[in-house]
Amino acid sequence: MNAVPKQTHIVTQWKHDGGPLINCRFDPTGSYVFATAEDRQVLRWELKSGNKISFSGHDSWARGIAFSQDGQTVVTSGYDDTLIWWPVTAEKPEPIRKVKAHKGWIRALAVSPDGAILASGGNDRMVKLWNMKDGKLIREMSKPHELDVYSLAFHPHDGQLLSGDLMGKIHQWKVADGTLTRTLEAKDLHTYNGGQQVHYGGIRSIAFTPDGKQMAVAGLTKATNPLGAVNEPMVVRFDYEPGKILKKHMIDGVKGIAWRALFHPEGHLIGCSGGSGGGFLAFWNAKDDKAFHKLKMPDTARECDLHPDGMQVATVHFDRHLRISKMAAKQEK
Amino acid sequence: MKCNYACGTAEHLHARRRFLGNMATGSGVVVGGLGALTNPSTAKQLETTQKRMIVINMAGGLSQLESWDPKPGTNTGGPFRAIETSVPGVHICELLPHTAKQMHNMAIVRSINTHNGDHGKGTYMMLTGRRQTPAADFPRLGAVVAKGLDKQDSALPGHIHVGGGSGARNNDSAYLGPRYASISLGSGTPPQNSARPKSVSEQSDATRNRLRRKVNTRFAQRRRTAKTDAYTQNYEQALELMAQRDVFDISKESQKDRDRYGPHPFGHHLLLARRLVQSGITFVQVSHSNYDTHNENFNFHLEQLGEFDRPFATLIEDLAASGLLEHTLVVVLSEFGRTPNINKYYGRDHWGNAWSICMSGAGLQRGAVIGKTNDNGTKVTDREVDAGHMFHTYLQALGLDSSGHFDIGGRPIPLADPAFGPISELMA
Repeated sequence: MNAVPKQTHIVTQWKHDGGPLINCRFDPTGSYVFATAEDRQVLRWELKSGNKISFSGHDSWARGIAFSQDGQTVVTSGYDDTLIWWPVTAEKPEPIRKVKAHKGWIRALAVSPDGAILASGGNDRMVKLWNMKDGKLIREMSKPHELDVYSLAFHPHDGQLLSGDLMGKIHQWKVADGTLTRTLEAKDLHTYNGGQQVHYGGIRSIAFTPDGKQMAVAGLTKATNPLGAVNEPMVVRFDYEPGKILKKHMIDGVKGIAWRALFHPEGHLIGCSGGSGGGFLAFWNAKDDKAFHKLKMPDTARECDLHPDGMQVATVHFDRHLRISKMAAKQEK
Repeated sequence: MKCNYACGTAEHLHARRRFLGNMATGSGVVVGGLGALTNPSTAKQLETTQKRMIVINMAGGLSQLESWDPKPGTNTGGPFRAIETSVPGVHICELLPHTAKQMHNMAIVRSINTHNGDHGKGTYMMLTGRRQTPAADFPRLGAVVAKGLDKQDSALPGHIHVGGGSGARNNDSAYLGPRYASISLGSGTPPQNSARPKSVSEQSDATRNRLRRKVNTRFAQRRRTAKTDAYTQNYEQALELMAQRDVFDISKESQKDRDRYGPHPFGHHLLLARRLVQSGITFVQVSHSNYDTHNENFNFHLEQLGEFDRPFATLIEDLAASGLLEHTLVVVLSEFGRTPNINKYYGRDHWGNAWSICMSGAGLQRGAVIGKTNDNGTKVTDREVDAGHMFHTYLQALGLDSSGHFDIGGRPIPLADPAFGPISELMA
């Protein structure tokens, strides 16, 4: 079944009775969607039944979610310096392992294509590699970022790890030895506001096409008032090998942040945005800057993920809802 | 407008002569700058007799939850944790690890309720201790403190704002007159145009000033007013400022100290504040910007307090080590706090109903925590405090009778709002 972005509609929504939601990821089997919340909980919803289980263990908000390749283990990263390994399917989940991994927030996690390595990036500006199985540190990358690390992604097949930071810089690392291969930059996604004296923006997500030829990084631009949330979502598409910017995708008339962008296997780019303009799912093709379709969500969106079936998109929202949207025509009841 | 002149007491005259005398002997010549202030006897005198004040204004509205009154694990607490401090049982936000080590030198008031969420009104209220009304303007804290503590013929200005500006006077002294208005300085360099132009020789400059004084004196004998006094004072103060321009120059500080305070403008500003109070300047205000975090409050507090924490802790540590903290009141304030509720942009909005101020020095109880908010910080539950109480407390700590009044043209005007009083339990 092919996805039909223009027919995307919300099919399910579940409300958390605790704090607003922060992040979400589908597990590799597609049975569950995990979310994190401002009440420090990690949540697991079963897609079939809508049953929710809470995972308690972080001493702060959790942001990163990553799975082992077999779908048996989920790792979450918190603003408490800690990585926690959990059993995905447990009815009463307890941490398998806790690792103090960074000094400060750990916003980003990624798992290598072979499933062996977990990468983490933190506010200590470091990127670290961990053995996914036993949680042992493999190595730290050779130098810190200039500012906080916001996002991570492994290239699908060339042995490189990409890490994005608040400055709008994307470091490319050789996984085998932790050396810096090169640094790309999406300058539009960073601003320093002299009046407010703040850095703002950053690379909020990194994604690759399945063939690894293109990379998309998401964030915000035109930040005329960082402290007041006046900015616009932007996704920058790179031709990966030469490191050349191909497109700067916008969502026409929308204010906010592009929290994440990811490539659909059929070629289009999917993004979610939230902010003063409300919440949106947006869809772009390779040749146009503007989104060819956008779907207004009931509330500001904070993250999204694509189901392994390629048809469903999960979004999490400030209004405590997790929503599942389907990229297909509505079925007659 | 007729003004009130110096009281003319023997104490003032004696102190002035002694001070100027020390300047001459300490530096060899009067135009010697810092040498006068590093003369041991003068420095000792300043240390033991003069009260001073540093205000750090966290512009935009510092979040009390990310600083002095954390509520981790509650629905309003946000992501940050609380950490222990050097005072057992007192916790502050983890964004202030260096400050936490100085808590035994500090006090926190956690129960401020100003019922205000407006930037302009809040700033006015916190710096005047009064509500803003169209009917009257009141002098800002720095002007009141300078008026109350400065010697009549102080060589240096008593009311300085650091962090922008080039030496111009501001309009913030209301009925106290321009003499006590703040002077804005930049980032640790002497004020612009404070060096004698090379084209003017020392001798011709002295001749010019003699002529000016002579003409001024003759004019004043018949037409002396507050304004002519202010003009004369401004000229004389400008001359003294030129002579002592090194006081404003942090490049004269050691590299080690500059490193300790950090390479950023705020570090420079606090190092300059230390230098200024060490040099006997009465009131220094430094701003740190910007905390008006309606959006991404936590990211921006990480960024801003990450910059604030170390130099602030270093300042307190230095003042305590030198003994100056006994005589120097340091206050970290804002126009208001931030909402306990976290908005949809991960921001916090304006909130004047339950927030905190941190203070240190000048005989205030060290390690004290005054007042309390409820479990999630939405309201004050003990010892509610207004801006007026804080204003009284500052003045009392500085040895000024906050129930006293200024005599302005024969009209008594209270130093502080008589509806309030100081936080007496904070006084050591």
